[in-house]
Amino acid sequence: MSVLGHYSYWITVILMVAGLYIVIARGNLIKKLIGLSIFQTSVYLLYIAPGKLIGGTAPIVADGFKLYSNPLPHVLILTAIVVGVATLALGLAIVVRIREAYGAIEEDEILAADRDRGAGA
Amino acid sequence: MTLAHLPALEVVVPLLAAPLAVLLRRSSLAWAIATAACAFSFAVALLLASEVSAHGPISYHLGSWPPPWGIEYRVDALSAFVLVLVSGIGTLTALYAWRSIAAELPRDQIYLYYALHCLCVAGLLGMTITGDAFNLFVFMEIASLSSYVLIALGRDRRALVAAYQYLILGTIGATFYVIGVGLLYLSTGTLNMDDLAARLPQAASPRAVLAALAFITVGVSLKLALFPLHLWLPNAYAYAPSAVTAFLAATATKVSVYVLLRFYFGIFGLELVAESLPMREILLVLSLVAIVTASLVALWQADLKRLFAYSSVAQIGYITLGISMASRDGLTAAVVHLFNHGVTKGALFLLVGGIALRAGSAGLECARGLGRTMPLTSLGIVIAGLSLIGVPGTAGFVSKWYLVLGAIEAGRWWLVAFVVATSLIAVAYVWRFVEAAYLSAPGGRTPEPGETPATMLVPAWILVAACVGFGLQTSWTVGGAQRAAALLLGGAP
Amino acid sequence: MNGAQLIAAALLVPAAGAAGIALAGRRPNLRESATLATAATLLVCVLGLLPLVLAGERPQLVLLEMLPGITLGFRLEPLGMLFALVASSLWIVNSVYSIGYMRGNNEPQQTRFYVCFALALAATMGIAFSANLLTLYLFYELLTLVTWPLVTHHGDGEARAGGRTYLGFLLGTSIVLLLPAIIVTWAFAGTLDFAPGGILRGAGLSNAALGGLLALYMFGIGKAALMPFHRWLPAAMVAPTPVSALLHAVAVVKAGVFTVLKVIVYVFGVETLAEVRAADWLPTVAGFTIIAASVVALRSDNLKRRLAYSTVSQLSYVVLAASLLAPLSVAAAALHIATHAVGKITLFFAAGAIYTASHKTEVSQLDGIGRRMPWTMGAFAIGALSLIGIPPTAGFLSKWMIFQGAAAAGHHAALAVLALSTLLNAAYFLPIVHAAFLREPRAGGGVHGEAPKPMLAALVLTALATLALPFVAAVPLALARAAAGIGT
Repeated sequence: MSVLGHYSYWITVILMVAGLYIVIARGNLIKKLIGLSIFQTSVYLLYIAPGKLIGGTAPIVADGFKLYSNPLPHVLILTAIVVGVATLALGLAIVVRIREAYGAIEEDEILAADRDRGAGA
Repeated sequence: MTLAHLPALEVVVPLLAAPLAVLLRRSSLAWAIATAACAFSFAVALLLASEVSAHGPISYHLGSWPPPWGIEYRVDALSAFVLVLVSGIGTLTALYAWRSIAAELPRDQIYLYYALHCLCVAGLLGMTITGDAFNLFVFMEIASLSSYVLIALGRDRRALVAAYQYLILGTIGATFYVIGVGLLYLSTGTLNMDDLAARLPQAASPRAVLAALAFITVGVSLKLALFPLHLWLPNAYAYAPSAVTAFLAATATKVSVYVLLRFYFGIFGLELVAESLPMREILLVLSLVAIVTASLVALWQADLKRLFAYSSVAQIGYITLGISMASRDGLTAAVVHLFNHGVTKGALFLLVGGIALRAGSAGLECARGLGRTMPLTSLGIVIAGLSLIGVPGTAGFVSKWYLVLGAIEAGRWWLVAFVVATSLIAVAYVWRFVEAAYLSAPGGRTPEPGETPATMLVPAWILVAACVGFGLQTSWTVGGAQRAAALLLGGAP
Repeated sequence: MNGAQLIAAALLVPAAGAAGIALAGRRPNLRESATLATAATLLVCVLGLLPLVLAGERPQLVLLEMLPGITLGFRLEPLGMLFALVASSLWIVNSVYSIGYMRGNNEPQQTRFYVCFALALAATMGIAFSANLLTLYLFYELLTLVTWPLVTHHGDGEARAGGRTYLGFLLGTSIVLLLPAIIVTWAFAGTLDFAPGGILRGAGLSNAALGGLLALYMFGIGKAALMPFHRWLPAAMVAPTPVSALLHAVAVVKAGVFTVLKVIVYVFGVETLAEVRAADWLPTVAGFTIIAASVVALRSDNLKRRLAYSTVSQLSYVVLAASLLAPLSVAAAALHIATHAVGKITLFFAAGAIYTASHKTEVSQLDGIGRRMPWTMGAFAIGALSLIGIPPTAGFLSKWMIFQGAAAAGHHAALAVLALSTLLNAAYFLPIVHAAFLREPRAGGGVHGEAPKPMLAALVLTALATLALPFVAAVPLALARAAAGIGT
């Protein structure tokens, strides 16, 4: 029970570690951003899942409903999603600029390009 | 009536100035708006600081929702101190940007710089003033996202890579922070900092709290560039536009240090931080390693911006060293160094920006013979450099004094020797500039670079004068830092 | 003007003078006039303070609060008065000499030279007047920093290396040893004010800790050039000779031994040190420095280097005398600051005059030079006699008192060191005088006469002062005795 009962946490942890792993292990700048997004998504789950009460409803006062879900995590995560989207958009924009400047989006190619120019100059 | 809303205006004014600057588009109007907004925030910060020192902490309820339900803005001895630093540096760099940014950016992008500058200032001020842990995350991301763009504005294409790396690491840091806050929320059901501090001791699962502590420590340490999480910093500082480097070096890492202080002492409490996990020991070791390695690396840099960037990593080590002592003198040293180093590094990067403007780059070989061609710029760097070393009569000395005093009180004599011995490395790297500027013949460039333009020199020299002023008359800085230290340690405010 | 105003004036005059000199930089005559006027005004200010101090007053001035409880403050007592008097009066003579030297040798960057010189004097006054250790430390570091451009004046590789050694030793010792010593003093004594009898009595430091603290101070005050931290002084000899003369024979090095005296008398207290026997090791170190530096001087062919090592040895006379902890020896130490200053500045003036007139720098090149430069070498002879301690020169006076002090303290080893060093002094100075006057000049030495007139005037003046000091010694003696606390 206790292991499976916490399944939402398990999913959170798996997403978190997978996202972080992609960020660290991949050299492709786009893939890194995808990893970053997965990493951030795991946090959304971390906040939202515990806010849901089994049998709870939306927190609107009405007759016949006694059990409400916690609305605050949703509000927080709405903000966090906005932040995450902004980060992703900015990251992609920077990658576009990097591709314009270097003609590559692989980390080692970019570093090599700068090294060559540094050596050539 | 308006006076009561000062804490909100402190943040809202620069926040609203940003879209206004975008709408107006004209670079001179954008500059005027950004400067005026920052100057307004600076004035409000000074007012708030004097109010706090006279009447104690101010609690402002956003939208009149009382905490812990609404978001609380809280100004106390510590946050007032940081507010003054951030808004003051923000104003000076906005003034400085008039010439500096005009030379570094295409005309049609200039208004964007000012908009982002306002956003960044608003974000950092918000991080400082807010009393809500999640609100802090939002402001942290406002400040971070705008600083990624600011760095990417640099002319060198490596600025893009630096901005990208900073974006990845900064986002990881912020996400770690928000995971930590989430765990705290799950344990206590509140996000208000004071409320958190009150409820944490009754938290159901101490292990979740410890995990939160670990996540927040790592996340904030990434932001404040604590060794070995500093790798984003040198490139970001080296390739960003000069005004951006100066602003970020003087404020961004300092606000993160402030957040660390808030969480360690204001929320988790010293018992938890010191006893359940060996946080103080970890921080101590990392600080020592940061000071030695970053100082030594700075010695070998061929570029003044990179040199001072590594020096920043080392100086942050001194701040965290003070935090790791967790004593009255140690925290005084940390807080006063947070301020003094902000002023010193701001001055240095502003002046280096002058060299970059006139000589085309900030390479050390461009500094040859500058003592004659750019006398005021060089003299300013020397004076601010002396403050970096910690020569008496400069701001840096005051920080070192309290650091050593704290080490003596803790009976750690080896730490005393360590602190004074490592400042010799600072002598060595500052003197690399001095010898280049005063003992080397100019590199034979034609035409010889002239003095930095006055509109850049004046803000820089205000900070240089502050380096000396806060070294000779310390009642405001040290007094504020001591009150802040007492506050953090739970004494009388 | 009252005492506080005079102190402020003595600090501001050289600083304002430096600004004036910088502004007049394009017009050499105006610039040099500004230097002389500044030096004269400073001397007037210092002389104005003299009667107050002799009458037993202790003028004070508090400017700012540097740290909570520690002010940037000044309080003039006899020892500081003596030091300020020596430095400010010799600055005038040295300025006259500088004009001759800098013009005679067509030195570059003359404006920077005069500006830094004036700032160095301002720092020296700050050291002399300081009311507490932190103020003293502030001006002590300032003096190091403003003299660095003077040491590296020529800007070549040699100057750069000399400057690095200079800065490395002086900043290194003061940051690593002196600063912790000051902070420890603050942590335990709770004050840094200089007070007769010391501030460390009953501060809770064990005898061994007091000894360790004293060692931090003594080696931390690198300007006193106790071995092994003496190497900056020969390195500083790459500077133009007027710098060596005033700064590295008078202002900077005397600032070092002055600080040593201040620390022994006003921080530890002579009685406290004598009681707990914390300073027993110091005469040994000082004695070793005296002898070892004399031996190195004997083996140096370069004239300025020989003079520099002679200075290292003479500085340790002051430390040795102070470390004997007898009132008479402390007074002798204070007096030696003054007497060595006039003698050594004469010697450096002569060395600079020889260089300007003939471009000779080595002792072995000086055969017969006394015939071409009789005034210069005559003055050199007087300075040398003073350093050896032969009556009726100034050096005799203080050396005699040091002997008396050592005898009174019953320190036989110190007496032996003093006697041996006197012999060594004679051995490295008299051959120069002998060669200059009695040997035949070597062939092909080139034809030259005396150095330019301003230089000659300056060195004759200091030589006369060396001879006259014993006859007008009442004032310095009174100050020295008052500093040591002997009947006022």
